[in-house]
Amino acid sequence: MELIKTIIDWLSILAIPFIIFLFLVTGYIKKVRVYEVFVDGAKEGFDIGVKIIPYLVAMLVAIAMFRASGAIDIFGYLLSPLTDLIGMPSEVLPMAFMRPLSGSGSLGVMSELMKTYGADSLIGFIASTMYGSTETTFYVLAVYFGAVNIKNTRYALPAGLIADVAGLITAVYICRFLFIE
Amino acid sequence: MLNHIWIWLIIISLLIAAGKDIYQEALTDKSSGTEAVEKNLNERTSLGQVTNAALDAAGLAVKIAIGLIGIMALWLGLMRVAEQAGMTNVLARMVKPVTKRLFPSIPSDHPAISAMLMNISASMLGLSNAATPLGLKAMDELQKLNPDKERASDDMITFLVINTSAITLIPATAIAIRASLGSANPQQIVIPSIIAATMATIVGVTTVKLIQFFKQKKQSPGN
Repeated sequence: MELIKTIIDWLSILAIPFIIFLFLVTGYIKKVRVYEVFVDGAKEGFDIGVKIIPYLVAMLVAIAMFRASGAIDIFGYLLSPLTDLIGMPSEVLPMAFMRPLSGSGSLGVMSELMKTYGADSLIGFIASTMYGSTETTFYVLAVYFGAVNIKNTRYALPAGLIADVAGLITAVYICRFLFIE
Repeated sequence: MLNHIWIWLIIISLLIAAGKDIYQEALTDKSSGTEAVEKNLNERTSLGQVTNAALDAAGLAVKIAIGLIGIMALWLGLMRVAEQAGMTNVLARMVKPVTKRLFPSIPSDHPAISAMLMNISASMLGLSNAATPLGLKAMDELQKLNPDKERASDDMITFLVINTSAITLIPATAIAIRASLGSANPQQIVIPSIIAATMATIVGVTTVKLIQFFKQKKQSPGN
């Protein structure tokens, strides 16, 4: 376990310098005009950054309003019979709700739950596994589709949310299974 | 779909905030110390809080987007060099058996494939600064293959579902916070997270593939 962690830590530290070296040196050897080509590619960065702004504003504003209104607590209360059924402690329900909506929001909920119930409690264990196992679906969709100006996202959101629900439920089961009092 | 969810997020938040305010207002005793309360109406009321949150989020969105520009430029520049050197093709050929099944309509030497691969590898290693630019590059390449530029293609959705349920080998943020809150074994969540993310990916890919399968069947009933 420790060994795997050390290996992965090293891999993530070495990955970027290695890629920069590999790309640029290979390009240079293959007689690519590295500087000009790099600058040419980098120009696109600005366009994409500016292009996603309206999509990001729309998405983050709606989600911030939803969070500030306290709607998540109300939905949590309404859904509690369902979570009892799958054995999810009702305390982690706000976490499950927040995770696909907001990265910083779910970070806050996770920290709060671990402060209240302990980092090594079942609730803390489930909440941090939920945080570690999925991305912020709404944010990713807004940024990625926004970057290419796609307005009709078709079935992307429902499919992403179905995947999230599967991940969240798995987190509950696997944590309950592995948790030792 | 996003259209409906977006408007309902806003409607629900406004209704709940208004409901809370009406309820609060009914409870407050009108005769006692209104002056002190009036001052902070914007912070005291739920509607005020919702408005503040909306304004803050609009500013934050621009900050995030501007912050992305530098890193985006760096990665897109590097990717362009790699493309011209013919490196991305080598990478794409190596994983052809998998990508052929996930993205049957994309030629295996298309730059979209290598960009998607690099995005997924970066997010597995937890390099989110590198993952986003590479992912956006992948979307840009997928958009070139998309016949309808305003409508998401099947390949884009498959890619995004894999991306949002991304398997991270070391969920570094969650581990760091566990450690700071006194966990005896902060990296205990590594294996559960990988299992949960894998499950999410499997279910997500199965869902999009089923949808795509039935859509195709509908379009060509003769087959």
